[in-house]
Amino acid sequence: MPASVKIRKGLDIRLKGGAHGDTHALSAADRFSIHPTDFHGLVPRMAVKAGTEVKAGDVLFTDKKNPSIQFVSAISGTAQEPVRGEKRRILRVDVVAGGAGEATFPGLQASGSAEDVRSAMLAHGFWPMLRQRPFDVMPAPDSQPRDIFVSAHDSAPLAPSAAQVLGDRMEAFRQGLAFLNTLMGGGKKVQLGIEAGDDTFSGVTEADITAFSGPHPAGNVGVQIHEVAPMNKGEVVWTIGLQDVANLGEGLTAGRFVGKRTVALTGSRSQPALLSTTIGTPMAHIAKDRVSMEDTRVISGNVLTGTERGDDGALGFFDQQVTCIPEGHEPLFFLTKGWLGPGFDKFSASRAFPTWLMPKGKEYDLNTNNNGEERAFVVSGQYDAVFPFDIYPVQLIKSIMVGDIDRMEKLGIYEVAPEDFALCEYVCTSKLAVQDIVRKGLDQMIEEFA
Amino acid sequence: MKALHKLIEERVKPNFTGDGKLKRFWVVFDALETFLFTPGHTTKKGVHIRDGIDLKRTMFLVIVAMVPALLFGTWNIGHQYYLSLGDITTADPWNAMLLDKLIVGAIKVVPLIVVSYATGLGIEFIIAGMNGHAINEGFLVSGMLIPLIMPVDVPLWMVAVATAFAVLIAKEVFGGTGMNILNVALTARAFLFFAYPKQMSGEIWIHNVMAAKTGGVLADGYTGATALGHLANTVGQPVNGEVSNGVMSMFADGGMFSLMNCFIGTIPGSVAETSALAALIGAAILIWTGIGSWRIISSFIVGGLVMGVIFNALGLNAYMTIGPVHQIVMGGFMFGAVFMATDPVSAAQTNTGKWIYGFLGGFFSIMIRVFNPAYPEGVMMAILFMNVMAPTIDHYVVEANIRRREKRLDASAAVA
Repeated sequence: MPASVKIRKGLDIRLKGGAHGDTHALSAADRFSIHPTDFHGLVPRMAVKAGTEVKAGDVLFTDKKNPSIQFVSAISGTAQEPVRGEKRRILRVDVVAGGAGEATFPGLQASGSAEDVRSAMLAHGFWPMLRQRPFDVMPAPDSQPRDIFVSAHDSAPLAPSAAQVLGDRMEAFRQGLAFLNTLMGGGKKVQLGIEAGDDTFSGVTEADITAFSGPHPAGNVGVQIHEVAPMNKGEVVWTIGLQDVANLGEGLTAGRFVGKRTVALTGSRSQPALLSTTIGTPMAHIAKDRVSMEDTRVISGNVLTGTERGDDGALGFFDQQVTCIPEGHEPLFFLTKGWLGPGFDKFSASRAFPTWLMPKGKEYDLNTNNNGEERAFVVSGQYDAVFPFDIYPVQLIKSIMVGDIDRMEKLGIYEVAPEDFALCEYVCTSKLAVQDIVRKGLDQMIEEFA
Repeated sequence: MKALHKLIEERVKPNFTGDGKLKRFWVVFDALETFLFTPGHTTKKGVHIRDGIDLKRTMFLVIVAMVPALLFGTWNIGHQYYLSLGDITTADPWNAMLLDKLIVGAIKVVPLIVVSYATGLGIEFIIAGMNGHAINEGFLVSGMLIPLIMPVDVPLWMVAVATAFAVLIAKEVFGGTGMNILNVALTARAFLFFAYPKQMSGEIWIHNVMAAKTGGVLADGYTGATALGHLANTVGQPVNGEVSNGVMSMFADGGMFSLMNCFIGTIPGSVAETSALAALIGAAILIWTGIGSWRIISSFIVGGLVMGVIFNALGLNAYMTIGPVHQIVMGGFMFGAVFMATDPVSAAQTNTGKWIYGFLGGFFSIMIRVFNPAYPEGVMMAILFMNVMAPTIDHYVVEANIRRREKRLDASAAVA
């Protein structure tokens, strides 16, 4: 029996359009794209020119600050001129499919050395799968973590379950865990957080398992770190996604880059489905024939932390979910749909709308309307009710707003990532951009330590 | 409603934007338009969906919670008026002259509300216009609270002056809604009590009682003083002396200030403070909707009860011998606990802090009331005092959290 933790604070936002049933293989897309913006703070340096033929696993660009970190293509084809935004910042790197073959390297064994694992991850596109806390950024090539955490419990709205996304890749997943254990060294094991009652991982011996129950964000890796072994100043913890562990296991063993991704297509504007594809698949390819695009927001990720990726964007590097919800451009007349309306269609953490009397199973079709304007901070205790950390969220946010580094540190900024504040942002009566504030605070800390 | 929105956007809005004739009144237009239509703004970054609640609905629900107190208070003004004239007997307080009572009450209450909102919103619009920011909804609640805690016969110009003082000095100088240290409505009342002590004492608690007295039509034995006013007379008197016994007889069963009368609220007092029952209905609405802090309300009441029990044990004068439950249903205690102490901006912000804040608020309310007979209503002073202390309480609560984190760091350093 794994250790178990019950999270009490939080909120399950019950949306329409969850994905169930069998996983369908998506046809190969005609394009592969990486958004460097998925990796916070990354400045890419292109390694290929437009028109160059690349094989799957060939490097596309490197990290300017740490050139040993390589970002590779998941398919074979022709590299394109990167899509740039303001100040020539690279927004997207594309490869148009065509050609065959793949770049290979000698396969590794988990019993090998930590250095071999590290250098293979750096050179063959696996390193960017890692994220580190503090600061929620990619770890430096020479960084050494105290622990590696994997959450196998995605508790976000409409998120797929571990069994859905892992499918029959358990063997690869366990190999991946073994490689990560080797990388950490010292006999340490990966910390795996699972959903209480999920027996998918009953045979896994390569990790220390903790079962989490309770409302979202019980599955957030930050919450799991906080419950299992909270971070202190000066400590570094890595996190990696469930499917990327399997990719790592399969890829390092076979000696090639693997970027498989099972994606849950969800939301009221889609025909929900589980689709197996690769990272970097264009959203249009995923959404094709399954999403009514009229006035729809197509989000890579979930509704709380995802990125809007309509038009030409691709599936985010870390995302295993696509959510399609209606846009909410319509002004709301105050007596019918607005602030004084009965509100039978509104979902709220407060009980200001009659919907809190509805049965627990009722699902809502929520749109992107802000439901009010930004206001001064008035209501207290709201964030605390959905924030399961032993941290005072409002005080931390205020310290960030005034730029008080010392106080941010004391109030626990090392432990958090913007995603941990997503629910605070959702429930906020004053409609503040809480995740953005936290991101700015983390950036300020990075600068301070640079 | 689309047609109405189109009309506003195409015909009305251009007057207020760009080179429109009324562009100086953009803030007013914006406030009214967003009142009618929640804008079709969509989420930009961060979360893609937002909770249905906004500040408008929050404030509106607080006003809904005040409605029972407002209605009862309106009735009670008429009730006390006819009582003072001897037109009705206390034996049948409910059915007699219901409509007459409500009319008399409304004649007093409606002007108070109008003056409070007109003054306060006027100032808010001007300042928002000067600063070019949107109008916050905070005054919707303050503007209703101010008339509810005024003595019935307070001159309207005083209400206007007090409201202006409270909005400007208690709120706007600190930066407006969300930034104030003191509760705005209580500041208005405190201002009146300290600026016009003469006018704010005596028989202003009942409509027209002064005229009735001089006209010789006042009912026998009717003084028009509040429960706390009567009790203040017992301070300094021997417990079983003539004065004390006289006052205490009014608080016994069947007396004017019996426990039941105080709970229901058929006693003289500020417009809407007299009924503990109405305040408790308001509390139920606030707690139910999750908008009022149940921590503050319950700990405030417990704090008052504890002080009441302590006074009972001491029993140094007749005032102290009043039962703790009787203590907290008198005066503005319940109204303050439900609507004033829970103001999220001026209260403690942390959950632990709220327990401490509420408890001390209730505790000091009863203490001030009994110890300071020159100033009968302790709730106002206690809550204002706790408003000032709230940041300090929060400071120590947050410091404890910081120390917990430092301890953890030390422990991990010791292991390593």
